Amino acid sequence: MKKTGFLERLRDWDADRFDLTEKTAGDMHPDLSPKPLKQEIPDAPLERLATRGERAFDRLYPVLALVLGTVMIVFLFLTVLDLPPYGAADNPAHNEVTARYLGSGTAETGAVNAVAGVILDYRAFDTLGESHVLYAAITAVLILLLVQSDAPEADDPGARLMERDPILTVTASVIAPIVILFGVYNMLTGHLGPGGGFSGGAIVGAGLILLSFAFGPHRMKRIVTFRTFRIASISALCFYSVSKLYSFFCGANGLHTIFSPGTPSRILSAGLILPLNIAVGVVVSFTMYGLYSLFERGRIG
Amino acid sequence: MEFTVNLPLFAAALCLICSAVSAVLPEKAARRLCLALCGLVAIAFGLLLAYGLSSDAATTYRMGHYPHPWGNELFFGTLEPLLLCVFATVMLLCLLGGGSHLENDLEQGKRRYYYVMCELVLSSLIALCCTNDVFTGYVFIEISTVASCGLLMIRQLGRTTLASIRYLIFSLIGSGLFLLGLILLYAVTGHLLMPDLSRAIGTLWESGQYRSVLLTSICLVTVGLAVKGGLFPFHFWMPDTYGYATPASGGILSGLVSKGYIFFLLRVIFRVFGTEVFYKSGVSNVLFVLGAIGVIVGSVSAARETDVARMIAYSSASQIGYIFMGFGLSPQLGVLASVFHILTHAITKPPLFLSAAQIARIAGGRDRKLWLGAGHKNRLAGLTFTACALSMIGIPLTMGFVSKYRFGLAAFDNPKLIVPTLIVLAVSTILNTWYFMRVVIRLYTPASGPDGPRVRMREQRPFAVAAIAFLCMNIGFGVAAKPVVTLIEHGLILLKEAL
Repeated sequence: MKKTGFLERLRDWDADRFDLTEKTAGDMHPDLSPKPLKQEIPDAPLERLATRGERAFDRLYPVLALVLGTVMIVFLFLTVLDLPPYGAADNPAHNEVTARYLGSGTAETGAVNAVAGVILDYRAFDTLGESHVLYAAITAVLILLLVQSDAPEADDPGARLMERDPILTVTASVIAPIVILFGVYNMLTGHLGPGGGFSGGAIVGAGLILLSFAFGPHRMKRIVTFRTFRIASISALCFYSVSKLYSFFCGANGLHTIFSPGTPSRILSAGLILPLNIAVGVVVSFTMYGLYSLFERGRIG
Repeated sequence: MEFTVNLPLFAAALCLICSAVSAVLPEKAARRLCLALCGLVAIAFGLLLAYGLSSDAATTYRMGHYPHPWGNELFFGTLEPLLLCVFATVMLLCLLGGGSHLENDLEQGKRRYYYVMCELVLSSLIALCCTNDVFTGYVFIEISTVASCGLLMIRQLGRTTLASIRYLIFSLIGSGLFLLGLILLYAVTGHLLMPDLSRAIGTLWESGQYRSVLLTSICLVTVGLAVKGGLFPFHFWMPDTYGYATPASGGILSGLVSKGYIFFLLRVIFRVFGTEVFYKSGVSNVLFVLGAIGVIVGSVSAARETDVARMIAYSSASQIGYIFMGFGLSPQLGVLASVFHILTHAITKPPLFLSAAQIARIAGGRDRKLWLGAGHKNRLAGLTFTACALSMIGIPLTMGFVSKYRFGLAAFDNPKLIVPTLIVLAVSTILNTWYFMRVVIRLYTPASGPDGPRVRMREQRPFAVAAIAFLCMNIGFGVAAKPVVTLIEHGLILLKEAL
């Protein structure tokens, strides 16, 4: 039997899984190409035999990886042993930063939940970036998986069987509203206690996925279509960017803002934190549902 | 004029807003919006540069109502606006020059997402270059990672899919190591803003407390960002990533995205660890050695490649090696040469990718054997390729010459490393000349067969505009290098002093 090295196997795997010739988008989806596209000459074939050097590299690779991994683990463990003890009162992390966040956070931001105050007021620029990480992720998945043809989807008997499954539908119709309601509650009271846009949005997203499991994609179209998905996510993101631009600009230039901390522990308080939590929640929930839906069927709604 | 300091905030927010809006616009409008945005950002940072020069001081810009160490901040002197102005211009020209390839390579209906990703990359470049907060840096590194994978895999071939998986793995290892380093730093200092971190690290270093944690975190942060930048031996993702992406992406990924990480590393070295601690820790020597090996290995791999796009990509690995070698040499002249080389590479590499794609189109492939006489069939692309190849080799009047000259000068800043640096420079210049000139000579060797059709200027107007602009920038910076070098020198001083 022919012995094959790691790189060779990888190459075979490439050749099996992917069409490695340079095809243009139009070739792969002939119905989508409006005009004949230029064909480039394919590259040199990959399936050449491994050279001796490559075979030696193949044999050395796992050994080197093991050695490198072990060395890193040992070093990191040694470093961790040197860290200040967890929870000790005189930790360097217990400094003027945390003192102000915990001490005057509620008065300055209006949020009883210190976490909400930190992520949506003190360090709001980070969170603005973080919500765009989600947006970048869903856009990347759209690029990768979105099926654009209008052809009807292939009939999947398994999915139809599941749609009619009484245990799933009955349980989902009882549980899903509660799950979604709890998620919305989490979003709306993020400034008052544990919760917030990220966790609330994740819960709502989970509820939507459960509904989609039980009732199938066709009935989900009544709740979420590609249009609602795009409009909701994009208006939430734009609201976030614009409102934070306003608040950063006013803060940096020492101007008065229309948002005030209000009376802490009331539902309408904490200035921008409540609307921002809602915006983040919308982005997170639609992103979660969108990821699920794209991986399942290559389309949203 | 005071209003000018708000421009980075507006530029970053505008990029994020445009990226959201582009997803629902018609494709042509999304393209126009993206081009206009790049232009606006370039103008904004040009204004900021003028302001920085006139005020002669660095600006710390509070993002919101809370100063450091509590809230996020931006920090910019004269260096950041210069780099960002060039970066935004390069992105504009890449999109302009690679436009016809974008239409060919991208599936209709998904092209708008390409511009979304470009705008996200631009926003992350602004944030990475200007932030005064290491964690903000991490968040925008994530955006940049995901968005650059999008730029790569939007050309849906088997090879780009594989390349983006590889790129994603390397990138995530890099971000993971960087994040671990930040966690360790936070555990021993309790700060995330650069000035406070730097003060705390200075105190800890003097007292000798937590020395091993500090050293580990310096290693992790440096290695993490170096993996993302593509330092040897972490450059194996480069040839496929840059070589098979659509040419505009190749230019943006090689010229801009990796430079964002590298410049952020430079800021971390200068404003967090402090040059004294960093150069005493010994990590700089590792950077020098890996950079020097990377220069040679990248050049040798490029010389062995017959596919021209992959050759240019391997040449990127060698250019990144130069930049890290400069970091390893010395914090003054070495880093100065590196920063100039960041500009050189950002202005020279994208037109190489664009012109190679343009020549490959008329020659019928990217193998250099097919390119016989192709320089006569598409004269402008041939000229661009030749001029940029000369710049990469380091011929006077181009930026590449100034870069190599500055690296040569920097070698004398560190007496122990004079000989190795000069040897690396000499060997890599010979290799560069060999593999680039081999292609250029073939381009202008007349083919024996009948003359094929010729591509004229008016058939490729956007590419012509981009190519000419790139060449003008290259020669402009190459001829008027003195003021640029002075500006970078001044910017580096501001970066260090304003702590």
